[in-house]
Amino acid sequence: MTNDTAPQKSVGERLIIALPYLWLVAFFLVPFVIVGKISLSQTVIAQPPYTPVLDLSAGLGGLIDFFGALSADTYATLAGDDLYLFSYLKSLQVAGLSTAILLAIGLPIAHAMARAPARLQPFLVVAVMLPFWTSFLIRIYAWMTILQRDGLLNQVLQGLGLVDEPASWLSTDTAVLIGIVYSYLPFMVLPLYASLHKLDESLLEAAADLGCPRWKAFWLVTVPLIAPGIGAGCLLCLIPIIGEFVIPDLLGGSDTMMIGQTLWTEFFANKDWPVASAIAVVLLMLLVVPIAAWEALQSRQIREGR
Amino acid sequence: MRRAFVPRDDLDKPMVRFDAVTRRFADVTAVDQLSLDIREGEFFALLGPSGCGKTTLLRMLAGFERPDEGRLLLAGQDIAAVPPWRRPVNMMFQSYALFPHLSVAGNIAFGLKQERMPRREIKARLAEMLRLVRLEGLNKRKPHQLSGGQRQRVALARALAKHPKVLLLDEPLAALDKKLREETQYELMALQDRLDTTFVIVTHDQEEAMTMAHRIGVMNHGRLAQVGTPAEIYEQPCSRWVAGFIGDVNFFDGTVDAAGVDGVVVADTAGRRFRAAGTAGIQAGTKVALAVRPEKILLTTAAPDAAAMPVNTVAGKVADIGYLGDLSLYKVRLDDGTVVKASVTNARRFAASDIGWDDTVWLSFAPDAAVVLTE
Ligand SMILES: Nc1ncnc2c1ncn2[C@@H]1O[C@H](COP(=O)(O)OP(=O)(O)OP(=O)(O)O)[C@@H](O)[C@H]1O
Ligand SMILES: [Mg+2]
Repeated sequence: MTNDTAPQKSVGERLIIALPYLWLVAFFLVPFVIVGKISLSQTVIAQPPYTPVLDLSAGLGGLIDFFGALSADTYATLAGDDLYLFSYLKSLQVAGLSTAILLAIGLPIAHAMARAPARLQPFLVVAVMLPFWTSFLIRIYAWMTILQRDGLLNQVLQGLGLVDEPASWLSTDTAVLIGIVYSYLPFMVLPLYASLHKLDESLLEAAADLGCPRWKAFWLVTVPLIAPGIGAGCLLCLIPIIGEFVIPDLLGGSDTMMIGQTLWTEFFANKDWPVASAIAVVLLMLLVVPIAAWEALQSRQIREGR
Repeated sequence: MRRAFVPRDDLDKPMVRFDAVTRRFADVTAVDQLSLDIREGEFFALLGPSGCGKTTLLRMLAGFERPDEGRLLLAGQDIAAVPPWRRPVNMMFQSYALFPHLSVAGNIAFGLKQERMPRREIKARLAEMLRLVRLEGLNKRKPHQLSGGQRQRVALARALAKHPKVLLLDEPLAALDKKLREETQYELMALQDRLDTTFVIVTHDQEEAMTMAHRIGVMNHGRLAQVGTPAEIYEQPCSRWVAGFIGDVNFFDGTVDAAGVDGVVVADTAGRRFRAAGTAGIQAGTKVALAVRPEKILLTTAAPDAAAMPVNTVAGKVADIGYLGDLSLYKVRLDDGTVVKASVTNARRFAASDIGWDDTVWLSFAPDAAVVLTE
């Protein structure tokens, strides 16, 4: 149908189409502009703790003064101090590593689920989501008691005679990885399961028929066909893990901080709202890259009609 | 119909041998003590009603199902333990099962790449296959950019590309419309003649099986009801079930009254007496069914001369007329209520109008047109 023959849309239809955009404007664009504005301000000991403050009652002159007082100093601070760079790198490293681990663990789980008898599968899906029924914080606290020096993990390891001395797990990168992998596993498994579930079994039989052993068919047929699921699972994990705050704060050590923790420190401990805002803006810019890549992938798939 | 097939391989070493093979699923026996030989270069069709085990039989040959009992031999070798990817057998799937992420060329070359064929040979074979199924120029397309008929050709080319010893086709033409299906049938036959590969095709379209196959195996409930050439199956069905499954047929149930060298006389339940030829070994008193195909019954509007009343003639009233274009099918009700179907070729235009509803007509058939069935 071409546009000129399209029937006029009613107000209701227009509203429905506009709704997601209104949502994005109200809860994404407006906050982002505010954060962006604060990141261009300077810290002061006042209420609010930054300057300039936009005062619309001062008229056009006030507006000009306001824009004149904005500066990119905070970004210079971010670039000038290694602390921030290390935080970003640390976040990327933790997120990349844990996403890789999640994929390695999630794929066999999702595969086994998709292969299970059909009437069992709904229960397996519920089982994967079962941890969500307990508060996230409680589960992380539970990990703290498991990982602490006289915790369950060390007791088991000593009981089995695997270690003589109790190892310190808590406050290490390993603990952070364990906590993240544990918490994000459903976000990896469910999209993978969804795409494996849709996979036509006869394609694997066709591959076998044409001389392709099972393990090879997994790489040549299964993986390419579930690529959208792999992409979705990885992004669903990678993006929030980069900004993760609670898990590294509770399970991790104090030597290097992930960017979420650095942001928290700037905002709450140092009361430096402009720098905290600048950190958030840069983080968002970093995340735009994988999201844009994902978008490109998605639209290509829609074009190909799969 | 096809030219007669002359087996050229060793009779004791057929290309495919099912030896008392049984395959059970939870509560059904899909294939039951089935034995069958398929010869090298033969075009063999498996025909049968839905759920009779045709696909299961094919899947056992391809290696996707294991026989629970019995032996399965390919060129004399027991292949029970050989996984599908090592069998020199390729299958064209009913759903085509084309790889959606690969192009036409990628699909066809998939099997060749698995056997690590040199690149140049793959290219040559690919070109050969594209020419064979007339898909030149489409090699870069993805399956979703093809029509149903084109997809079916890609599936065929993919299964043929490896030059398998046996090609398995599971209802390959089911998704095509009638015209394309008929065209493709002839293409497949020509292809099979040219390639000299053993074809095993599953179908539940009897015309398709009759047209294409050298031999047909009629299956029912996991067993072979009859194996033979299309003409044998049609003209000499071995049981009432086969006669009824293949084509249209009239049955007269009765008892053998007198048996002689030149045939038998059967008295049916309504007291009519029929002569049937060529039925050696049937004793008088045996319960039989006389099967007569509608096209073998002569329908006349004029009463035959009473004195020279030919054998196997009955009178009745026309109860229904089905006009099919090339022929008309008359349902004639006899005195006792039995309905007999007789078909008449419409050699002349408007010939059908000669006979109307409730007209009295006479039906007759030659003694050798009837088949005497004991089971
Ligand atoms: N994997 C399976 N599990 C359980 N039962 C099965 C399985 N595969 C086949 N069957 C059963 O075995 C019988 C034969 O099935 P099969 O698919 O061989 O029939 P078919 O002759 O190919 O029928 P159609 O013409 O409908 O394709 C059917 O009763 C079917 O329900
Ligand atoms: Mg079938």
